[in-house]
Amino acid sequence: MNPRWIGHTVERVDGVEKVTGASRFTADLKFPRLLHAFVIRSPHPHARVLDVRMKKAAKASGVRAVATGREFPFHTGIYLKDQTVFATDRVRFVGDPVAALAAETPEEAAAAAALVEVDYEPLEPIFDAPAGIAPGAPLVHPDLGRYECVPWITPKAGTNICNHLKVRKGDYEGVLARCARVVENVFEVPQVQHVPLETHVSVAHVDLTGKIEVHTSAQSPFTVRHLLCACFSLPHGDVSVNVPAVGGGFGGKAGINLEPIAVALAMVARGRWVRVLVDRVEEFYATVVRQGLTATMVTGVDRNGKVQAQKMHYLWNCGAYGGYGVNVVRAAGYTCGGAYEFPNVWGDSIGVYTNRPIGSAYRGFGMQEIHWALEQQMDIVAHEIGIDPVEFRLLNCLGPGKSTVTGQVLDEHAGRPDTCIERVAATIGMKPDRPRTRYRGKGIACAVKAPAMPNDASSSVVLKFAEDATLEVLLSGIDYGQGLKTIAAQFAAEALDLPMERVRVRGNPDTDLSPYDWQTVASRQTWATGNAIFKAGAELKRQLFAMAAQVLEVPPGELECRNGEVVHPPTSRTIPLPRLVMGYQFPDGHTIGGPVAAAGAFVPEGLLHLHPETSQSAKPVAKWTFGAQALEVSVDPETGRYEVERVAACYDVGRVVNPGLIAGQTYGGVVQGLGTGTMEELVLDRRSGRVVNASLMDYKIPTSEDVPKEIAVSYVETPQADGPLGARGIGEHTMIPTPAALANALYDACGIRIKGLPITAEKVLAALKEERTGHRAQGAGKKEPEKEEVGTR
Amino acid sequence: MRKKIKLRVNGVEERHEVEVNETLLDFLRDTLDLTGTKEGCNEGECGACMVLLDGKAVNSCLVLAVEANGREVTTVEGLADGPRLHPVQRAFLEHSAVQCGFCTPGMIITAVGMLNENPEPSEADVRRAMSGNLCRCTGYRQIIDAVLEAAKAMRTGVAREGVAR
Repeated sequence: MNPRWIGHTVERVDGVEKVTGASRFTADLKFPRLLHAFVIRSPHPHARVLDVRMKKAAKASGVRAVATGREFPFHTGIYLKDQTVFATDRVRFVGDPVAALAAETPEEAAAAAALVEVDYEPLEPIFDAPAGIAPGAPLVHPDLGRYECVPWITPKAGTNICNHLKVRKGDYEGVLARCARVVENVFEVPQVQHVPLETHVSVAHVDLTGKIEVHTSAQSPFTVRHLLCACFSLPHGDVSVNVPAVGGGFGGKAGINLEPIAVALAMVARGRWVRVLVDRVEEFYATVVRQGLTATMVTGVDRNGKVQAQKMHYLWNCGAYGGYGVNVVRAAGYTCGGAYEFPNVWGDSIGVYTNRPIGSAYRGFGMQEIHWALEQQMDIVAHEIGIDPVEFRLLNCLGPGKSTVTGQVLDEHAGRPDTCIERVAATIGMKPDRPRTRYRGKGIACAVKAPAMPNDASSSVVLKFAEDATLEVLLSGIDYGQGLKTIAAQFAAEALDLPMERVRVRGNPDTDLSPYDWQTVASRQTWATGNAIFKAGAELKRQLFAMAAQVLEVPPGELECRNGEVVHPPTSRTIPLPRLVMGYQFPDGHTIGGPVAAAGAFVPEGLLHLHPETSQSAKPVAKWTFGAQALEVSVDPETGRYEVERVAACYDVGRVVNPGLIAGQTYGGVVQGLGTGTMEELVLDRRSGRVVNASLMDYKIPTSEDVPKEIAVSYVETPQADGPLGARGIGEHTMIPTPAALANALYDACGIRIKGLPITAEKVLAALKEERTGHRAQGAGKKEPEKEEVGTR
Repeated sequence: MRKKIKLRVNGVEERHEVEVNETLLDFLRDTLDLTGTKEGCNEGECGACMVLLDGKAVNSCLVLAVEANGREVTTVEGLADGPRLHPVQRAFLEHSAVQCGFCTPGMIITAVGMLNENPEPSEADVRRAMSGNLCRCTGYRQIIDAVLEAAKAMRTGVAREGVAR
C-alpha cells in the first residue's frame, strides 16, 4: 500500500486559527457575570488546621461564595484518593488549598481573601524522601490506610510510602557475588515544573436543575468528569466537561486539577459562572510538579562487558499528594532497567510523601529521571571495564528476542534500540579511535518508554459525513500542540481516500457530545485514536459500499473509495460521495441507506497484570518506543560554562505519520530535556518550606538563544504490530535521554561526573577543580566521593 | 480613577473609558475581546502578550491602556489582510513552527516587529530578538527557521499567497 497522506508534512489543520489568534483557550472564553475565585492556600509546609473562619470574608464587598473543607471534605485523586478539595484537618505543603471564595471582580476576591482567618498548629515537615522513610519520621498522611485506591497501587499504612513496586528476576545476589566488577553510584533529580505557557484555569457552572458544566484547560475531559463525579458523588449524566484549545500540558494537566475547586464554588453560587485561574507564581508551586528522585544503582558486569546483575533503587520524592504520582513510581518500577537486558534484577521503586509541592505526571512519566541514573551508570561501567560506551550499549541493549526486567520477551515488532544507537553515534561521530580535544566531548544515552496506563484505557471516535460529504471526525483526545487533530485528519483521509480539505476534525471535546477517550497522556493518541479512526473508516466504507452495490448492481467487495468517490474499477463506474452520504435516491424517487456515520473504538489487547511480588509479566504494557540521543559539548574550563553544540536524536517510531510534526516533537523534547539538564530546579527554602524561585524571573526555561546550533533528527520504522499503519508513540520519549547524554559528554570532555541535576556551570567548575586537585571541593552539590566506588566484591 | 482614551487598534479607531491602572493587555482582551493576545505571566517575562505599539513590539502587560492613548496598536488579529496571511504567519505554518499555539501570537508579533527594524536578520539576530518569547513546545528550531524564511519572502517581495479558510 502506498499511502497518500501518511508520511507527508501536512500543514496543521488547526494552524490558521493558531497563527491568526482565532483559537480560543479557556481564559479567552466569555461567560456572563463571571465570578472570580481566589484560593486561600497554606503558608505552612505541614500543620494541623484548627479552625477556618470565613464569616468576615463572606460579608465582604462582592463576595458571592465561600467554600472550605468543612462543606467539601470530599476525596479526589486518579489512582489514590489521598487529597481533599480543601484541607480538612491538616495542610501538607505551602500552597495546599484551605478555602476559596468567589467575588464579582478579582480585586474584590483578593481583598476578601485577606479577611479569611485560619488557625494552624505547625508540625514538623519533611522535605526529602530518605528522611521520609527513616524510622520515626513524621507522617504526612496518618490516614493512608483508609484511602480508596486502585488494586495495583500499594500504599503502606503507618508510613510515608504511597507506593512500592518490586522487580525480582533471576538470582541477583548470587550472580552479583560472582561478577568481575561491581559498580555503585547514587544519582539525584530535583523537583521541576512543567511551565506550560498557559497556566491552569477552570470555569464551572451549576444550573438550577443541578446540571454542572465545566470548561477547563485539561488533557483528559472524560477523566475529569469521572473524577468530579466520584468526588462529589454525582451521576455522570449530570456533569459535562468541555476542553477548548489547551496551551501546553506536558502531564501537568493530566488527571484532575483545579476543577473540584471551581465546581465547589459554583455549587455555592448556583446559577453563576465561577473561574479559578492561577497566576504564574501559583502555577509553579501550587499546581503540580515533577517528582524528585534519589537513585542508587549497583551493576555487576562480567569480563566480556555483559551486565549480569543489576540493582536499581528508586526513591521518589512525591511531595504532599501521590494521587497521580503513585503511577509514576509504578512505571519506573516495571521499566527500571531502561533499554537494557539485565538477566538478574533487583529493582525497587518507592514513592515517599514529603511536604513539598505535589508530584505528578510530567512528559516522560519518570523515565527521564531514571535514565539520568541508568544511562550514566552504564557509561561509568563501560569506562571502568575499558569498553567503548557505544559498543557497551550495543552489547547490553534490548531488542527482538531479548527479555525485559519483567520477563517479557520482545518480538520483532518491538523496535530497534541498536539501530538508534548506531545512527546517533554515527551522526555525532563517536568512533572509539576518534581524535580527542580536551574540553570537548561526546556522549550518548538511550531511551525507552511504554504507555503507563490502566490495561483498559481506551479511545473512540465518531466519523460522520456532512451533506456535501465533508468527513467530520469527532474525538476526545486533546491536541495541545502535539498535532493530534492533524494526525487524525491524515488517518481519516487515508482511510477513505479523501482530499485533505474534505476532512474536518472536531476536537475540543464536550463530554455530552463527544466519544469517550480515557486521557491524552502516555504518548498514546496517534496509536490509540489512530486505530479507532481506521476501524470507524472501515465501517463507513462498509455502509457506503452496501448502498453503492445496490445502485451499481455489483458485489460490494468490488468497490473502492477513491478521492471522494465510490469506484467500481472493473467497469470504471463511479458515484460521488455527496450522492451517497445522506442516503441514495434512485431516479424513481425511492431512497436507500441514510446518513452515513460510524463509531470506532480501540483498547489494547492481551495486557497482563504484574506479579504482585516480582512484577514478572509476559505483556505488562501495550508497546515500547526505543530511541537514543548523542550530543557534543564544549566546556570553558575557566568558568565551567559549556555549550551543547550538536544533538542527534533517533527513535524507532514504527511509522512517521507527519515529518514536520514529529520533528517538532523531537526538537521540543530535546530542548525541554536540555532545560531540565542544564538549568531547571524548584528551590525550596528549608526553613519556611516555600518555593523561592516561583516565577519566570527566577526559574529559567530555555529560550531561543539556548538552542543548539544543530539538532539532527531521524527515525527508524519497525512497524508496531497493533499500530495504525505501524505507528507508535513518540511525544514523551524525545526528552528522556538528553540530560544523561549531556552528563556523559561532559565526562568525555573533561573527566567529570555530575550526578545531580541540573548541570549548572557552578557544578561543572567545582567538579573541574576537584578533578584538578584530586580533592573534594565544596559546591559540587553531591555527597558522593569524586570517584565512583568501584570494587570487586 | 477612569480616563478617556482614543487609539487605533488594527486600523480601527477605538474610544473608551478605562481605569488608569488597567493594562493594555487587559483592555485588549476584556474590552475589545481581542483574545489572540495572551497572558502568560503578567510580568513581562514570557512574551505571550506582545503587541505592536506604533510598529514596535512591546509586552502589553507592562503598558497601561492610557499610555496607548493617541497611538496605533496592532495585535495578532490585525496582521492578516483578510484571508491573506502575513508572510510571518504563512512561514510559521509551512515550517511546523506552531504547536499548542499559546505563545504563537506573541512570537509572530515579535518577529514582525523585528523585521520592521531589521529586514535582513542573521540567525543570531533572530535568536536574540525572539529570546524574550518563551515557548515550551517547539524547541524554537522551526520558529527560527520560519522567521528567517519570512524575512526572505518579505525582502524579495514575493509575498506568497496565503489563504485562510
